Amino acid sequence: MSINPSGWRPSLAANDTVVEQTGTVTGNRALILEEPLLFELGTTQTCGVDLPEPDTAPSVRLGGLERTGAIGLPGLSEPEAVRHYTRLSRQNYAIDLGIFPLGSCTMKHNPRLNEKVARLPGFADVHPLQPEGTVQGALGVIAELGEWLLRLTNMAGVAMSPKAGAHGELCGILCIRAALEARGDAREVILVPESAHGTNPATAAFANYRVESIPCTEDGRVDLAALKARLGSDVAAVMITNPNTCGLFERDIVAIADAAHAAGAFVYCDGANFNAIVGRVRPGDLGVDAMHINLHKTFSTPHGGGGPGSGPVVLSEALAPFAPLPFVVRTAEGYRLVEEEGAADNGGTQAFGRMAAFHGQMGMFTRALAYILSHGADGLRQVADDAVLAANYVLRSLDGVLDAPFGTSGPCMHEALFSDKGFAEGVSTIDVAKALIDEGFHPMTMYFPLVVHGAMLVEPTECESKATLDQFIGALRSIAERARAGDPALAQAPVHAPRRRLDETLAARKPRLTFKDA
Amino acid sequence: MRYLPLTEADRAEMLARIGAPSVDALFADVPEAARLAGPVEGLPGHAGEMAVERHMARLAARNVSAGSVPAFLGAGAYRHHVPASVDHLIQRGEFLTAYTPYQPEIAQGTLQMLFEFQPQVARLLGCDVANASMYDGSTACWEAIAMAGRITKRNKAVLSSGLHPHYVGTVRTMARFTGDVIEQAPLAPVAEPDLAALAGQVDAQTSCVVVQYPDVLGRIGDLAALADAVHAAGALLVAVVTEPVALGAIRSPGAMGADIVVGEGQSLGVGLQFGGPYLGLFATRDKYVRQMPGRLVGETVDAAGRRGYVLTLSTREQHIRREKATSNICTNAGLCALAFSIHLTLLGEKGLRALAAENHRLACLAAGRLAQVPGVTLVNGGFFNEFTLWIDGDARAVVRDLAGKGLLAGVSLGRLYPGQPELAGGLLVAVTETACEEDIEALAAGLEEALA
Repeated sequence: MSINPSGWRPSLAANDTVVEQTGTVTGNRALILEEPLLFELGTTQTCGVDLPEPDTAPSVRLGGLERTGAIGLPGLSEPEAVRHYTRLSRQNYAIDLGIFPLGSCTMKHNPRLNEKVARLPGFADVHPLQPEGTVQGALGVIAELGEWLLRLTNMAGVAMSPKAGAHGELCGILCIRAALEARGDAREVILVPESAHGTNPATAAFANYRVESIPCTEDGRVDLAALKARLGSDVAAVMITNPNTCGLFERDIVAIADAAHAAGAFVYCDGANFNAIVGRVRPGDLGVDAMHINLHKTFSTPHGGGGPGSGPVVLSEALAPFAPLPFVVRTAEGYRLVEEEGAADNGGTQAFGRMAAFHGQMGMFTRALAYILSHGADGLRQVADDAVLAANYVLRSLDGVLDAPFGTSGPCMHEALFSDKGFAEGVSTIDVAKALIDEGFHPMTMYFPLVVHGAMLVEPTECESKATLDQFIGALRSIAERARAGDPALAQAPVHAPRRRLDETLAARKPRLTFKDA
Repeated sequence: MRYLPLTEADRAEMLARIGAPSVDALFADVPEAARLAGPVEGLPGHAGEMAVERHMARLAARNVSAGSVPAFLGAGAYRHHVPASVDHLIQRGEFLTAYTPYQPEIAQGTLQMLFEFQPQVARLLGCDVANASMYDGSTACWEAIAMAGRITKRNKAVLSSGLHPHYVGTVRTMARFTGDVIEQAPLAPVAEPDLAALAGQVDAQTSCVVVQYPDVLGRIGDLAALADAVHAAGALLVAVVTEPVALGAIRSPGAMGADIVVGEGQSLGVGLQFGGPYLGLFATRDKYVRQMPGRLVGETVDAAGRRGYVLTLSTREQHIRREKATSNICTNAGLCALAFSIHLTLLGEKGLRALAAENHRLACLAAGRLAQVPGVTLVNGGFFNEFTLWIDGDARAVVRDLAGKGLLAGVSLGRLYPGQPELAGGLLVAVTETACEEDIEALAAGLEEALA
């Protein structure tokens, strides 16, 4: 299949038609509780909130558009709702339960102090359009966090409004487009290494650029010669991830940036892996023009089951004037929020527009700032050190049982990459991942990056004790040995989770995306 | 450092296993000239919980929280009472500290929750199917226009003059780079939205008409005739809802013929948070589901035949499709979707209708009282919980003046439309269940004094 160059095999093992008997009349297994759907539990007449009874003859000024028919929204009383969601929560794995070594995703501990301060009414209960005089502290958070990001990266400007990493990436590419347009230089191509995150080509295509892929070398890095050969007056930017998705630092980054700049192009760095180098090296010293920072990765705002994210973008001197609205400026009277194009006090910038309503993910800014202040400059460097140390420890501890395709090309950064080479016929990466679930661990990232067959990308982060790392390594060693020996039981895993393997093919072939009343 | 478990002894043992002399050696691939010898200079060092909390509390104290004073701000973000159990439940670590549910066997909690969220949203908006959420209402609005372009193979979007100006700004910014054509007539502060004129702007290049409901001035227009006209021209109708509580009182856009309905879900469960994170709602007809952006959760079975849920139709998404994806988005607003879903579950249909009725009752009361203030007139014919006042004077200056007196009077049109002095007399006033009659009196008295 053309969309599947990596060996991903999403369907179930063909011979698995086992119907497991729980041996209980409820289907529950002690603390593993089956929970019906909200739509099967609730009724439209149940309510968990006390509200005034509506007037029987109210005054109505709804323009003649009063709702007539039923909406079909089930309700639960408070005890039923608390139980429903608590039961659902217990079917999730989470960092609070154990190591979550998803490479390229950075699942680190979420300090609860950050949750506490984000809920202060002075942050949580402030309207985005309050007059500036009533939100000086909120604007101060944006300015203070922005200042930290600039100092940690040695860049000239920062756009705070992007709502997630991919949104920040788009913001950076649009800054590049705006800067090129401003100098009357229409360019059409963005070069993206083949190991890049899927968002990179998707973002470049959205911004109306043609995407061209640059190959990797044998040692897992961008092929500098191929890149140089392709650079020319039609190339707007090189998008590079550093550390890259193979978990390696791009040694030639300065040469790449110099070559790009010499050709009139910009360097976009995907900052998804900034957590590996924070406090160790500043991207501004490497020639980067724009880089988004996923606050949920480097600065530990919670992932929340898939968002919300937050993706501020730091910008070089050449791109900073094009950062989007709104932005905060400091004046003698206090902080000002510049929301208007062509405003007199915007310092002569040429903002390319607006990425979203309002000013960015404030609730994530407060958490990230608390995280940064807790660590300080010294602690942030220690974060990078421990993350890189832990990943190299995992890498070397699996020598002999798991193939590390770039394991001889030097130390890795914050994540260790393995392939499925050496597994017995019929055993795949997914089997190893699912077997880890039975051992009580969240699996690593699988089948990414695409440049490695059956990839397994392990990112332990700085938040795991040595005892936890050793236990994880022990489990993975044992599973890897079974994979090499061709243990057929691996294809059945997981057997101890709330669910066995789910039929993703069926879900896509006959989509059931909504609850239909019987 | 309280968040870092490794001891010096651990680090030494680990280095020995790796065979590296020091941690510095692990960074050998960093060009030497760029290596930092120590922590970034000029920045403070680590700090304990107490010190950080004190610093953050000082910043928070420099803001006026909306709950501490009479507050009437809306314009795309609304202050509602959120039941205590909502915030308790979303702080369960199993929800808070989980990732995107890529391993469904150990993520059924998030997946089932999203599978419940999708039909809650679809039913509320009057559509067949909804996705698992987007960043916010403004970005969802752009994604709807992009989707209409993919379906109709046309590239002109006609925006209603009553669409929130920040949404318009977001759309215009994206369109500038994609080459889409955006048309919009100027906003006129009159009693009813001019939907007939909007229908007249549709031509053979039009992919969609985008209409906010209730609109930025709080006005409510019947979309049925507009939908017919738009469909007759081969285009789609996109409706934008920035206050979903309204749909407990008024007809849904889907029921009036909208093809794509997007919204800002912040009103339910999420809170104000100075503008984010919020929650994009996105719903459409079944036949367009494969053109829809964003994550989707679907029902399936496991190897033992038991019902379960997975992320599905991911062949639309960037991690599979790369440059051919429907959107570059790879995250949703999972935790905000959970808060929305729990709040809506606690309300249920009965509660949502009662909440909407209470909002409308108080808004009617406020509109009647404020229109009695000399120098103030009510612009709107119909409204739900937000309406526009026209005052003799500069509403932006009045809002600033009253803020100094501990009263958050609303959002001036001067703030939203800084380049349009002809709108300077407009003041948007939102009245939710969190306002009481004393607050309304305080606003009336404040306006009276300011305009005297």
